[in-house]
Amino acid sequence: MYAQMIKSEATQEDPEKLAAFQARIDAGEKIEPKDWMPQGYRKTLIRQIGQHAHSEIVGQLPEGNWITRAPTLERKAILLAKVQDEAGHGLYLYCAAETLGVTRDELTEMLLDGRMKYSSIFNYPTLTWADMGAVGWLVDGAAIMNQVPLQRTSFGPYSRAMIRICKEESFHQRQGYDVMMKMAQGTSAQKKMAQDALNRFWYPSLMMFGPSDKESVHSEQSMAWKIKMNTNDELRQKFVDQTVPQAEYLGLTVPDENLKWNEDTGHYDFSQPDWSEFFDVLKGNGPCNQERLAARNSAWDDGKWVRDGLLAHAEKKAARKVAAE
Amino acid sequence: MTSDMAFFEFLCRMGDNTLVLGHRVSEWCGHAPVLEEDIALANTALDLIGQTQMWLGLAGEVEGEGRSADDLAMLRDAWDFRNVLLAEQPNGDFGQTMMRQYLFDQAHVLLLEKLAQSSDERVAGIAAKAVKEVTYHVERSRDTVIGLGDGTSESHRRMQAALDLLWPYVGEMFTDDEVSGIMAAEGIAPEPSSLRAGWDAAVQQTMSEATLVIPDSGFAHAGGKTGFRHSEHLGHMLTQMQWLQRAYPGARW
Repeated sequence: MYAQMIKSEATQEDPEKLAAFQARIDAGEKIEPKDWMPQGYRKTLIRQIGQHAHSEIVGQLPEGNWITRAPTLERKAILLAKVQDEAGHGLYLYCAAETLGVTRDELTEMLLDGRMKYSSIFNYPTLTWADMGAVGWLVDGAAIMNQVPLQRTSFGPYSRAMIRICKEESFHQRQGYDVMMKMAQGTSAQKKMAQDALNRFWYPSLMMFGPSDKESVHSEQSMAWKIKMNTNDELRQKFVDQTVPQAEYLGLTVPDENLKWNEDTGHYDFSQPDWSEFFDVLKGNGPCNQERLAARNSAWDDGKWVRDGLLAHAEKKAARKVAAE
Repeated sequence: MTSDMAFFEFLCRMGDNTLVLGHRVSEWCGHAPVLEEDIALANTALDLIGQTQMWLGLAGEVEGEGRSADDLAMLRDAWDFRNVLLAEQPNGDFGQTMMRQYLFDQAHVLLLEKLAQSSDERVAGIAAKAVKEVTYHVERSRDTVIGLGDGTSESHRRMQAALDLLWPYVGEMFTDDEVSGIMAAEGIAPEPSSLRAGWDAAVQQTMSEATLVIPDSGFAHAGGKTGFRHSEHLGHMLTQMQWLQRAYPGARW
Protein backbone atom coordinates (compact mmCIF):
# COMPACT_ATOMS: atom_id res chain seq x y z
CA MET A 1 0.00 0.00 0.00
CA TYR A 2 1.65 3.12 -1.16
CA ALA A 3 -0.92 5.64 0.05
CA GLN A 4 -1.13 6.27 3.79
CA MET A 5 -3.15 8.58 6.00
CA ILE A 6 -5.01 10.09 3.07
CA LYS A 7 -7.51 12.60 4.41
CA SER A 8 -10.65 12.81 2.37
CA GLU A 9 -11.94 16.31 1.72
CA ALA A 10 -15.25 17.51 3.07
CA THR A 11 -17.64 18.26 0.28
CA GLN A 12 -20.20 21.06 0.28
CA GLU A 13 -22.08 20.76 -2.92
CA ASP A 14 -25.55 20.43 -4.34
CA PRO A 15 -27.11 17.49 -2.43
CA GLU A 16 -28.97 16.32 -5.53
CA LYS A 17 -25.81 16.12 -7.59
CA LEU A 18 -24.04 14.39 -4.74
CA ALA A 19 -26.81 11.82 -4.42
CA ALA A 20 -26.75 11.13 -8.15
CA PHE A 21 -22.97 10.78 -8.03
CA GLN A 22 -23.18 8.37 -5.11
CA ALA A 23 -25.84 6.37 -6.92
CA ARG A 24 -23.51 5.91 -9.90
CA ILE A 25 -20.76 4.67 -7.61
CA ASP A 26 -23.11 2.36 -5.76
CA ALA A 27 -24.23 0.93 -9.10
CA GLY A 28 -20.60 0.08 -9.84
CA GLU A 29 -20.20 2.63 -12.65
CA LYS A 30 -16.79 4.10 -13.35
CA ILE A 31 -16.33 7.85 -12.98
CA GLU A 32 -14.40 9.29 -15.93
CA PRO A 33 -12.35 12.53 -15.95
CA LYS A 34 -14.97 14.62 -17.78
CA ASP A 35 -17.86 13.52 -15.57
CA TRP A 36 -19.11 15.75 -12.79
CA MET A 37 -17.52 14.86 -9.46
CA PRO A 38 -17.51 16.45 -6.02
CA GLN A 39 -14.50 18.66 -5.29
CA GLY A 40 -13.70 16.47 -2.30
CA TYR A 41 -13.58 13.36 -4.47
CA ARG A 42 -11.24 15.08 -6.91
CA LYS A 43 -8.91 16.46 -4.24
CA THR A 44 -8.76 13.21 -2.29
CA LEU A 45 -7.93 11.27 -5.42
CA ILE A 46 -5.20 13.69 -6.47
CA ARG A 47 -3.66 13.28 -3.04
CA GLN A 48 -3.97 9.51 -3.06
CA ILE A 49 -2.85 8.84 -6.65
CA GLY A 50 -0.08 11.42 -6.32
CA GLN A 51 1.22 9.80 -3.16
CA HIS A 52 1.10 6.43 -4.82
CA ALA A 53 3.03 7.76 -7.84
CA HIS A 54 5.64 9.41 -5.61
CA SER A 55 6.07 6.12 -3.76
CA GLU A 56 6.87 4.35 -7.01
CA ILE A 57 9.46 6.98 -7.85
CA VAL A 58 11.12 7.17 -4.44
CA GLY A 59 10.79 3.38 -4.28
CA GLN A 60 13.39 3.11 -7.05
CA LEU A 61 16.05 4.30 -4.62
CA PRO A 62 16.25 1.53 -2.01
CA GLU A 63 16.38 -1.08 -4.77
CA GLY A 64 18.60 0.98 -7.04
CA ASN A 65 20.99 0.89 -4.09
CA TRP A 66 21.70 -2.79 -4.94
CA ILE A 67 21.62 -2.84 -8.73
CA THR A 68 25.33 -2.17 -8.95
CA ARG A 69 26.02 -4.89 -6.36
CA ALA A 70 23.65 -7.61 -7.58
CA PRO A 71 25.41 -10.96 -7.18
CA THR A 72 24.77 -12.40 -10.65
CA LEU A 73 24.01 -11.06 -14.11
CA GLU A 74 20.55 -12.57 -13.95
CA ARG A 75 19.75 -10.97 -10.60
CA LYS A 76 21.02 -7.65 -11.92
CA ALA A 77 18.79 -7.95 -14.98
CA ILE A 78 15.73 -8.89 -12.90
CA LEU A 79 16.30 -6.00 -10.51
CA LEU A 80 16.77 -3.55 -13.38
CA ALA A 81 13.54 -4.78 -14.96
CA LYS A 82 11.74 -4.37 -11.66
CA VAL A 83 12.97 -0.85 -11.03
CA GLN A 84 12.12 0.04 -14.60
CA ASP A 85 8.58 -1.26 -14.02
CA GLU A 86 8.31 0.94 -10.95
CA ALA A 87 9.25 4.05 -12.89
CA GLY A 88 6.63 2.95 -15.43
CA HIS A 89 4.03 2.64 -12.67
CA GLY A 90 4.91 6.14 -11.55
CA LEU A 91 4.31 7.31 -15.10
CA TYR A 92 0.83 5.69 -15.42
CA LEU A 93 -0.17 7.05 -12.04
CA TYR A 94 0.98 10.61 -12.79
CA CYS A 95 -1.02 10.37 -16.02
CA ALA A 96 -4.08 9.18 -14.07
CA ALA A 97 -3.63 12.12 -11.66
CA GLU A 98 -3.25 14.55 -14.56
CA THR A 99 -6.76 13.70 -15.76
CA LEU A 100 -7.97 15.33 -12.51
CA GLY A 101 -6.46 18.69 -13.42
CA VAL A 102 -3.01 18.71 -11.85
CA THR A 103 0.28 18.48 -13.78
CA ARG A 104 3.10 16.05 -13.18
CA ASP A 105 5.45 18.96 -12.55
CA GLU A 106 3.11 20.39 -9.89
CA LEU A 107 2.95 17.02 -8.16
CA THR A 108 6.73 16.67 -8.37
CA GLU A 109 7.27 20.10 -6.82
CA MET A 110 4.96 19.13 -3.97
CA LEU A 111 6.94 15.95 -3.36
CA LEU A 112 10.25 17.80 -3.44
CA ASP A 113 9.26 20.54 -1.01
CA GLY A 114 7.60 18.07 1.36
CA ARG A 115 3.96 19.11 0.83
CA MET A 116 3.17 15.61 -0.45
CA LYS A 117 4.31 12.34 1.04
CA TYR A 118 5.37 8.94 -0.22
CA SER A 119 5.04 5.61 1.56
CA SER A 120 6.85 5.40 4.91
CA ILE A 121 8.46 2.10 3.89
CA PHE A 122 10.91 3.71 1.48
CA ASN A 123 12.54 5.58 4.32
CA TYR A 124 14.10 2.35 5.55
CA PRO A 125 17.58 1.39 4.36
CA THR A 126 18.43 -1.67 2.25
CA LEU A 127 21.52 -3.05 3.93
CA THR A 128 22.14 -6.49 2.46
CA TRP A 129 21.22 -8.40 -0.67
CA ALA A 130 18.53 -10.21 1.35
CA ASP A 131 16.76 -6.86 1.59
CA MET A 132 16.06 -7.15 -2.15
CA GLY A 133 14.23 -10.34 -1.29
CA ALA A 134 12.43 -8.80 1.67
CA VAL A 135 11.37 -5.73 -0.29
CA GLY A 136 9.90 -7.86 -3.07
CA TRP A 137 8.29 -10.39 -0.78
CA LEU A 138 7.01 -8.14 2.02
CA VAL A 139 6.79 -4.62 0.60
CA ASP A 140 5.39 -5.58 -2.78
CA GLY A 141 3.30 -8.21 -1.02
CA ALA A 142 1.76 -5.54 1.21
CA ALA A 143 1.28 -3.24 -1.76
CA ILE A 144 -0.59 -5.92 -3.67
CA MET A 145 -3.01 -6.43 -0.75
CA ASN A 146 -4.19 -2.89 -1.27
CA GLN A 147 -3.84 -2.63 -5.01
CA VAL A 148 -5.77 -5.72 -6.00
CA PRO A 149 -9.04 -4.35 -4.55
CA LEU A 150 -8.23 -0.92 -6.02
CA GLN A 151 -8.57 -2.43 -9.49
CA ARG A 152 -12.29 -2.03 -8.74
CA THR A 153 -12.00 1.59 -7.56
CA SER A 154 -14.62 4.01 -8.86
CA PHE A 155 -12.30 6.35 -10.78
CA GLY A 156 -11.76 4.89 -14.26
CA PRO A 157 -8.16 5.98 -14.98
CA TYR A 158 -7.00 4.91 -11.51
CA SER A 159 -8.69 1.54 -11.83
CA ARG A 160 -7.13 0.93 -15.25
CA ALA A 161 -3.67 1.93 -14.01
CA MET A 162 -4.10 -0.51 -11.11
CA ILE A 163 -4.99 -3.37 -13.42
CA ARG A 164 -1.72 -2.93 -15.31
CA ILE A 165 0.30 -2.36 -12.17
CA CYS A 166 -1.04 -5.43 -10.35
CA LYS A 167 0.12 -7.76 -13.10
CA GLU A 168 3.68 -6.51 -12.70
CA GLU A 169 3.59 -6.33 -8.92
CA SER A 170 2.75 -9.99 -8.54
CA PHE A 171 5.81 -10.81 -10.64
CA HIS A 172 7.86 -8.57 -8.34
CA GLN A 173 6.60 -10.32 -5.28
CA ARG A 174 7.43 -13.73 -6.71
CA GLN A 175 10.95 -12.71 -7.59
CA GLY A 176 11.42 -11.29 -4.08
CA TYR A 177 10.29 -14.56 -2.57
CA ASP A 178 12.64 -16.41 -4.91
CA VAL A 179 15.58 -14.30 -3.68
CA MET A 180 14.59 -15.16 -0.09
CA MET A 181 14.23 -18.84 -0.95
CA LYS A 182 17.74 -19.00 -2.40
CA MET A 183 19.12 -17.31 0.71
CA ALA A 184 17.11 -19.45 3.11
CA GLN A 185 18.40 -22.60 1.39
CA GLY A 186 21.92 -21.20 1.15
CA THR A 187 24.93 -20.97 3.42
CA SER A 188 24.60 -20.11 7.10
CA ALA A 189 25.69 -16.54 6.31
CA GLN A 190 22.92 -16.28 3.71
CA LYS A 191 20.32 -17.65 6.17
CA LYS A 192 21.44 -15.10 8.71
CA MET A 193 21.11 -12.36 6.13
CA ALA A 194 17.58 -13.52 5.25
CA GLN A 195 16.49 -13.61 8.90
CA ASP A 196 18.01 -10.19 9.53
CA ALA A 197 16.11 -8.74 6.57
CA LEU A 198 12.83 -10.17 7.86
CA ASN A 199 13.58 -8.80 11.34
CA ARG A 200 14.10 -5.29 9.96
CA PHE A 201 11.28 -5.24 7.40
CA TRP A 202 8.47 -7.01 9.27
CA TYR A 203 7.11 -4.14 11.34
CA PRO A 204 7.74 -1.43 8.73
CA SER A 205 5.74 -3.61 6.31
CA LEU A 206 2.84 -3.81 8.78
CA MET A 207 3.00 -0.02 9.06
CA MET A 208 2.47 0.31 5.33
CA PHE A 209 -1.27 -0.21 5.86
CA GLY A 210 -1.45 2.80 8.18
CA PRO A 211 -2.86 2.92 11.73
CA SER A 212 -6.26 1.48 12.53
CA ASP A 213 -8.94 3.50 10.78
CA LYS A 214 -12.04 1.85 12.20
CA GLU A 215 -13.27 5.10 13.65
CA SER A 216 -12.02 7.42 10.95
CA VAL A 217 -14.51 9.75 9.26
CA HIS A 218 -12.13 10.23 6.34
CA SER A 219 -11.95 6.54 5.74
CA GLU A 220 -15.70 6.19 5.78
CA GLN A 221 -16.09 8.85 3.10
CA SER A 222 -13.35 7.31 0.95
CA MET A 223 -14.93 3.90 1.28
CA ALA A 224 -18.32 5.26 0.26
CA TRP A 225 -16.67 6.75 -2.82
CA LYS A 226 -14.84 3.46 -3.50
CA ILE A 227 -11.48 5.18 -3.40
CA LYS A 228 -10.63 3.00 -0.45
CA MET A 229 -11.92 -0.53 -0.61
CA ASN A 230 -11.00 -2.06 2.77
CA THR A 231 -10.04 -0.84 6.20
CA ASN A 232 -6.37 -0.75 7.12
CA ASP A 233 -6.89 -3.42 9.74
CA GLU A 234 -8.58 -5.80 7.31
CA LEU A 235 -5.71 -5.51 4.86
CA ARG A 236 -3.05 -5.86 7.56
CA GLN A 237 -4.72 -9.02 8.89
CA LYS A 238 -4.91 -10.45 5.39
CA PHE A 239 -1.24 -9.69 4.85
CA VAL A 240 -0.21 -11.37 8.11
CA ASP A 241 -2.37 -14.41 7.35
CA GLN A 242 -0.78 -14.78 3.95
CA THR A 243 2.81 -14.05 4.95
CA VAL A 244 3.28 -16.12 8.11
CA PRO A 245 3.02 -19.52 6.34
CA GLN A 246 5.42 -18.23 3.67
CA ALA A 247 7.95 -17.32 6.36
CA GLU A 248 7.50 -20.79 7.91
CA TYR A 249 8.10 -22.40 4.54
CA LEU A 250 11.35 -20.44 4.27
CA GLY A 251 12.35 -21.58 7.74
CA LEU A 252 12.45 -17.99 8.98
CA THR A 253 11.02 -16.65 12.22
CA VAL A 254 8.63 -13.72 12.22
CA PRO A 255 9.98 -11.37 14.92
CA ASP A 256 6.81 -11.35 17.04
CA GLU A 257 6.53 -13.50 20.14
CA ASN A 258 2.79 -12.88 20.30
CA LEU A 259 2.21 -14.29 16.86
CA LYS A 260 -0.11 -17.26 17.06
CA TRP A 261 -2.90 -18.90 15.10
CA ASN A 262 -6.30 -18.20 16.60
CA GLU A 263 -8.73 -21.09 16.00
CA ASP A 264 -11.74 -18.98 16.98
CA THR A 265 -11.16 -16.13 14.58
CA GLY A 266 -9.48 -18.18 11.85
CA HIS A 267 -6.71 -15.58 11.73
CA TYR A 268 -3.31 -15.00 13.26
CA ASP A 269 -3.06 -12.86 16.37
CA PHE A 270 -0.07 -10.55 16.09
CA SER A 271 1.59 -7.54 17.71
CA GLN A 272 0.98 -4.05 16.38
CA PRO A 273 4.02 -2.17 15.15
CA ASP A 274 5.35 0.73 17.19
CA TRP A 275 3.08 3.48 15.90
CA SER A 276 5.22 6.21 17.41
CA GLU A 277 7.98 5.12 15.04
CA PHE A 278 5.52 5.33 12.15
CA PHE A 279 4.59 8.92 13.04
CA ASP A 280 8.26 9.80 13.41
CA VAL A 281 8.95 8.48 9.93
CA LEU A 282 6.01 10.45 8.56
CA LYS A 283 7.36 13.59 10.20
CA GLY A 284 10.65 13.13 8.39
CA ASN A 285 12.57 11.28 11.08
CA GLY A 286 12.88 7.87 9.45
CA PRO A 287 16.33 6.38 8.91
CA CYS A 288 16.53 7.56 5.27
CA ASN A 289 14.04 10.43 4.86
CA GLN A 290 16.81 12.96 4.38
CA GLU A 291 18.72 10.90 1.83
CA ARG A 292 15.64 9.94 -0.19
CA LEU A 293 14.34 13.48 -0.56
CA ALA A 294 17.83 14.84 -1.15
CA ALA A 295 18.35 12.29 -3.93
CA ARG A 296 15.09 13.25 -5.62
CA ASN A 297 15.81 16.95 -5.22
CA SER A 298 19.26 16.68 -6.72
CA ALA A 299 17.97 14.55 -9.63
CA TRP A 300 15.45 17.30 -10.31
CA ASP A 301 17.82 20.23 -9.84
CA ASP A 302 20.74 18.65 -11.70
CA GLY A 303 18.40 17.66 -14.50
CA LYS A 304 16.99 21.14 -15.07
CA TRP A 305 19.46 22.00 -17.81
CA VAL A 306 18.53 18.76 -19.59
CA ARG A 307 14.79 19.43 -19.46
CA ASP A 308 15.35 23.05 -20.54
CA GLY A 309 17.70 21.98 -23.32
CA LEU A 310 15.35 19.39 -24.77
CA LEU A 311 12.43 21.79 -24.57
CA ALA A 312 14.39 24.55 -26.31
CA HIS A 313 15.36 22.10 -29.05
CA ALA A 314 11.77 20.98 -29.54
CA GLU A 315 10.70 24.63 -29.88
CA LYS A 316 13.47 25.37 -32.40
CA LYS A 317 12.50 22.33 -34.40
CA ALA A 318 8.85 23.34 -34.44
CA ALA A 319 9.78 26.89 -35.49
CA ARG A 320 11.98 25.58 -38.31
CA LYS A 321 9.15 23.39 -39.50
CA VAL A 322 6.76 26.35 -39.57
CA ALA A 323 9.35 28.49 -41.39
CA ALA A 324 9.82 25.79 -44.00
CA GLU A 325 6.11 25.47 -44.73
CA MET B 1 48.00 -16.94 -30.42
CA THR B 2 45.70 -19.82 -31.33
CA SER B 3 42.43 -19.09 -33.00
CA ASP B 4 40.50 -20.32 -29.94
CA MET B 5 42.45 -17.92 -27.73
CA ALA B 6 41.71 -15.08 -30.14
CA PHE B 7 38.05 -16.05 -30.24
CA PHE B 8 37.87 -16.03 -26.44
CA GLU B 9 39.55 -12.60 -26.35
CA PHE B 10 37.13 -11.28 -28.95
CA LEU B 11 34.09 -12.55 -27.02
CA CYS B 12 35.40 -10.99 -23.81
CA ARG B 13 35.78 -7.69 -25.65
CA MET B 14 32.14 -7.87 -26.72
CA GLY B 15 30.84 -9.00 -23.33
CA ASP B 16 33.00 -6.71 -21.24
CA ASN B 17 31.96 -3.68 -23.26
CA THR B 18 28.30 -4.42 -22.63
CA LEU B 19 28.90 -5.42 -18.99
CA VAL B 20 30.91 -2.35 -18.06
CA LEU B 21 28.77 0.12 -19.98
CA GLY B 22 25.57 -1.56 -18.74
CA HIS B 23 26.85 -1.23 -15.20
CA ARG B 24 27.67 2.44 -15.67
CA VAL B 25 24.24 3.17 -17.12
CA SER B 26 22.56 1.29 -14.27
CA GLU B 27 24.24 3.66 -11.80
CA TRP B 28 21.68 6.26 -12.92
CA CYS B 29 18.76 4.32 -11.53
CA GLY B 30 16.37 6.72 -9.79
CA HIS B 31 18.53 9.78 -10.44
CA ALA B 32 17.71 10.75 -14.04
CA PRO B 33 16.57 14.27 -14.99
CA VAL B 34 13.08 13.13 -15.95
CA LEU B 35 11.03 9.98 -15.41
CA GLU B 36 11.08 8.93 -19.07
CA GLU B 37 14.89 8.99 -18.95
CA ASP B 38 14.92 6.81 -15.84
CA ILE B 39 12.90 4.27 -17.76
CA ALA B 40 15.01 4.53 -20.91
CA LEU B 41 18.32 4.28 -19.03
CA ALA B 42 17.16 1.22 -17.10
CA ASN B 43 16.01 -0.30 -20.37
CA THR B 44 19.36 0.34 -22.04
CA ALA B 45 21.23 -1.13 -19.07
CA LEU B 46 18.94 -4.14 -19.10
CA ASP B 47 19.58 -4.78 -22.80
CA LEU B 48 23.33 -4.48 -22.29
CA ILE B 49 23.35 -6.86 -19.33
CA GLY B 50 21.28 -9.33 -21.35
CA GLN B 51 23.83 -9.14 -24.18
CA THR B 52 26.61 -9.65 -21.64
CA GLN B 53 25.02 -12.92 -20.54
CA MET B 54 25.12 -14.14 -24.14
CA TRP B 55 28.63 -12.94 -25.04
CA LEU B 56 30.30 -14.04 -21.83
CA GLY B 57 28.31 -17.27 -21.84
CA LEU B 58 29.75 -18.07 -25.25
CA ALA B 59 33.21 -16.93 -24.13
CA GLY B 60 33.11 -19.47 -21.30
CA GLU B 61 31.98 -22.17 -23.71
CA VAL B 62 34.79 -21.37 -26.17
CA GLU B 63 37.36 -21.26 -23.39
CA GLY B 64 36.25 -24.72 -22.28
CA GLU B 65 37.38 -24.42 -18.69
CA GLY B 66 33.93 -24.54 -17.17
CA ARG B 67 33.66 -20.81 -16.43
CA SER B 68 30.14 -19.36 -16.65
CA ALA B 69 29.21 -15.84 -17.71
CA ASP B 70 28.84 -14.99 -14.01
CA ASP B 71 32.28 -16.40 -13.21
CA LEU B 72 33.79 -14.21 -15.91
CA ALA B 73 31.88 -11.12 -14.82
CA MET B 74 32.33 -11.51 -11.09
CA LEU B 75 35.64 -13.26 -10.56
CA ARG B 76 38.16 -11.71 -12.95
CA ASP B 77 40.39 -8.84 -11.91
CA ALA B 78 40.78 -5.62 -13.88
CA TRP B 79 43.67 -6.82 -16.07
CA ASP B 80 41.49 -9.59 -17.47
CA PHE B 81 38.77 -7.17 -18.55
CA ARG B 82 38.74 -6.43 -22.28
CA ASN B 83 36.33 -3.50 -22.54
CA VAL B 84 37.36 -0.32 -24.29
CA LEU B 85 38.34 2.58 -22.04
CA LEU B 86 35.35 4.59 -23.27
CA ALA B 87 32.91 2.16 -21.61
CA GLU B 88 34.47 2.49 -18.16
CA GLN B 89 34.60 6.30 -18.10
CA PRO B 90 32.50 7.71 -15.25
CA ASN B 91 28.98 8.93 -15.90
CA GLY B 92 29.66 12.61 -15.24
CA ASP B 93 26.52 14.65 -15.88
CA PHE B 94 23.65 13.37 -17.97
CA GLY B 95 25.17 14.94 -21.08
CA GLN B 96 28.46 13.12 -20.60
CA THR B 97 26.60 9.85 -20.09
CA MET B 98 24.59 10.31 -23.26
CA MET B 99 27.61 11.42 -25.29
CA ARG B 100 29.52 8.34 -24.16
CA GLN B 101 26.47 6.26 -25.06
CA TYR B 102 26.14 7.74 -28.53
CA LEU B 103 29.84 7.41 -29.42
CA PHE B 104 29.68 3.78 -28.32
CA ASP B 105 26.24 2.94 -29.75
CA GLN B 106 27.19 4.24 -33.17
CA ALA B 107 30.19 1.89 -33.30
CA HIS B 108 28.27 -0.93 -31.65
CA VAL B 109 25.47 -0.91 -34.20
CA LEU B 110 27.88 -0.93 -37.17
CA LEU B 111 29.80 -3.82 -35.64
CA LEU B 112 26.69 -5.85 -34.81
CA GLU B 113 25.34 -5.42 -38.34
CA LYS B 114 28.52 -7.10 -39.61
CA LEU B 115 28.55 -9.71 -36.87
CA ALA B 116 25.05 -10.76 -37.85
CA GLN B 117 26.79 -12.12 -41.00
CA SER B 118 29.54 -13.87 -38.99
CA SER B 119 30.87 -17.22 -40.16
CA ASP B 120 30.23 -18.45 -36.61
CA GLU B 121 26.50 -19.13 -36.22
CA ARG B 122 26.51 -18.51 -32.49
CA VAL B 123 28.04 -15.05 -32.98
CA ALA B 124 25.62 -14.30 -35.80
CA GLY B 125 22.71 -15.35 -33.59
CA ILE B 126 23.68 -13.13 -30.67
CA ALA B 127 24.38 -10.21 -32.99
CA ALA B 128 21.04 -10.57 -34.77
CA LYS B 129 19.22 -10.29 -31.46
CA ALA B 130 21.43 -7.51 -30.07
CA VAL B 131 21.32 -5.36 -33.19
CA LYS B 132 17.59 -4.85 -32.79
CA GLU B 133 18.12 -3.46 -29.29
CA VAL B 134 21.15 -1.38 -30.23
CA THR B 135 19.40 0.14 -33.25
CA TYR B 136 17.00 1.61 -30.74
CA HIS B 137 19.81 2.66 -28.39
CA VAL B 138 21.60 4.62 -31.10
CA GLU B 139 18.40 6.26 -32.26
CA ARG B 140 17.73 7.46 -28.75
CA SER B 141 21.28 8.52 -27.83
CA ARG B 142 21.64 10.29 -31.17
CA ASP B 143 18.39 12.23 -30.66
CA THR B 144 19.46 13.19 -27.16
CA VAL B 145 22.88 14.42 -28.30
CA ILE B 146 21.20 16.47 -31.02
CA GLY B 147 18.51 17.78 -28.69
CA LEU B 148 20.95 18.89 -26.03
CA GLY B 149 23.63 20.10 -28.45
CA ASP B 150 21.07 22.24 -30.24
CA GLY B 151 19.15 23.19 -27.08
CA THR B 152 20.02 26.07 -24.77
CA SER B 153 23.45 27.70 -24.59
CA GLU B 154 24.09 25.83 -21.37
CA SER B 155 23.14 22.43 -22.76
CA HIS B 156 25.26 23.17 -25.84
CA ARG B 157 28.25 24.07 -23.69
CA ARG B 158 27.92 20.90 -21.62
CA MET B 159 27.60 18.65 -24.68
CA GLN B 160 30.62 20.22 -26.35
CA ALA B 161 32.58 19.68 -23.13
CA ALA B 162 31.46 16.04 -23.06
CA LEU B 163 32.53 15.50 -26.67
CA ASP B 164 35.91 17.12 -26.02
CA LEU B 165 36.43 15.00 -22.91
CA LEU B 166 35.49 11.69 -24.51
CA TRP B 167 36.97 12.16 -27.97
CA PRO B 168 40.40 10.70 -27.05
CA TYR B 169 38.63 7.43 -26.15
CA VAL B 170 37.04 7.02 -29.58
CA GLY B 171 40.07 5.73 -31.48
CA GLU B 172 40.49 2.57 -29.41
CA MET B 173 37.22 1.21 -30.79
CA PHE B 174 38.75 1.07 -34.27
CA THR B 175 42.29 -0.22 -33.80
CA ASP B 176 43.28 -3.59 -35.29
CA ASP B 177 45.58 -6.08 -33.59
CA GLU B 178 46.47 -9.75 -33.65
CA VAL B 179 43.11 -10.79 -32.15
CA SER B 180 41.10 -8.85 -34.69
CA GLY B 181 43.35 -10.11 -37.49
CA ILE B 182 42.59 -13.72 -36.63
CA MET B 183 38.89 -12.99 -36.27
CA ALA B 184 38.80 -11.27 -39.65
CA ALA B 185 40.77 -14.05 -41.35
CA GLU B 186 38.24 -16.59 -40.07
CA GLY B 187 35.27 -14.49 -41.09
CA ILE B 188 34.05 -14.28 -37.51
CA ALA B 189 34.31 -10.51 -37.11
CA PRO B 190 35.42 -7.56 -39.24
CA GLU B 191 38.63 -5.61 -38.61
CA PRO B 192 37.59 -2.67 -36.38
CA SER B 193 39.37 -0.23 -38.70
CA SER B 194 36.95 -1.20 -41.49
CA LEU B 195 34.09 0.34 -39.49
CA ARG B 196 35.70 3.73 -39.00
CA ALA B 197 34.60 5.45 -42.22
CA GLY B 198 30.96 4.56 -41.65
CA TRP B 199 31.20 5.70 -38.06
CA ASP B 200 32.85 9.00 -39.04
CA ALA B 201 30.17 9.76 -41.58
CA ALA B 202 27.34 9.05 -39.12
CA VAL B 203 28.98 10.98 -36.28
CA GLN B 204 29.75 13.98 -38.47
CA GLN B 205 26.11 14.12 -39.51
CA THR B 206 24.93 13.88 -35.91
CA MET B 207 27.36 16.46 -34.56
CA SER B 208 26.49 18.85 -37.34
CA GLU B 209 22.79 18.60 -36.45
CA ALA B 210 23.76 18.98 -32.80
CA THR B 211 25.80 22.12 -33.70
CA LEU B 212 28.81 20.53 -31.99
CA VAL B 213 32.39 20.65 -33.23
CA ILE B 214 34.36 17.43 -33.50
CA PRO B 215 37.80 17.97 -31.94
CA ASP B 216 40.61 18.29 -34.44
CA SER B 217 42.72 15.53 -32.93
CA GLY B 218 43.43 11.96 -33.87
CA PHE B 219 44.95 11.12 -30.51
CA ALA B 220 43.60 7.91 -29.01
CA HIS B 221 44.19 6.37 -25.59
CA ALA B 222 44.75 2.62 -25.66
CA GLY B 223 44.95 -0.23 -23.17
CA GLY B 224 41.33 -1.19 -22.43
CA LYS B 225 40.58 -3.87 -24.95
CA THR B 226 44.00 -5.49 -24.57
CA GLY B 227 43.74 -5.22 -20.78
CA PHE B 228 47.25 -3.75 -20.70
CA ARG B 229 46.31 -0.51 -18.94
CA HIS B 230 42.75 0.26 -17.85
CA SER B 231 41.86 3.54 -16.19
CA GLU B 232 41.69 3.79 -12.40
CA HIS B 233 37.92 3.86 -12.66
CA LEU B 234 37.53 0.19 -13.55
CA GLY B 235 38.88 -1.15 -10.27
CA HIS B 236 36.37 0.86 -8.26
CA MET B 237 33.56 -0.40 -10.42
CA LEU B 238 34.67 -3.99 -9.90
CA THR B 239 34.94 -3.65 -6.13
CA GLN B 240 31.26 -2.77 -6.15
CA MET B 241 30.10 -5.16 -8.85
CA GLN B 242 31.96 -8.19 -7.55
CA TRP B 243 31.64 -7.57 -3.84
CA LEU B 244 29.05 -10.19 -2.92
CA GLN B 245 30.66 -12.95 -4.96
CA ARG B 246 34.04 -12.15 -3.46
CA ALA B 247 32.79 -11.81 0.12
CA TYR B 248 30.76 -15.05 0.08
CA PRO B 249 32.68 -17.42 -2.19
CA GLY B 250 30.69 -20.31 -3.55
CA ALA B 251 27.29 -19.06 -2.33
CA ARG B 252 24.38 -19.42 -4.74
CA TRP B 253 22.14 -16.43 -5.24
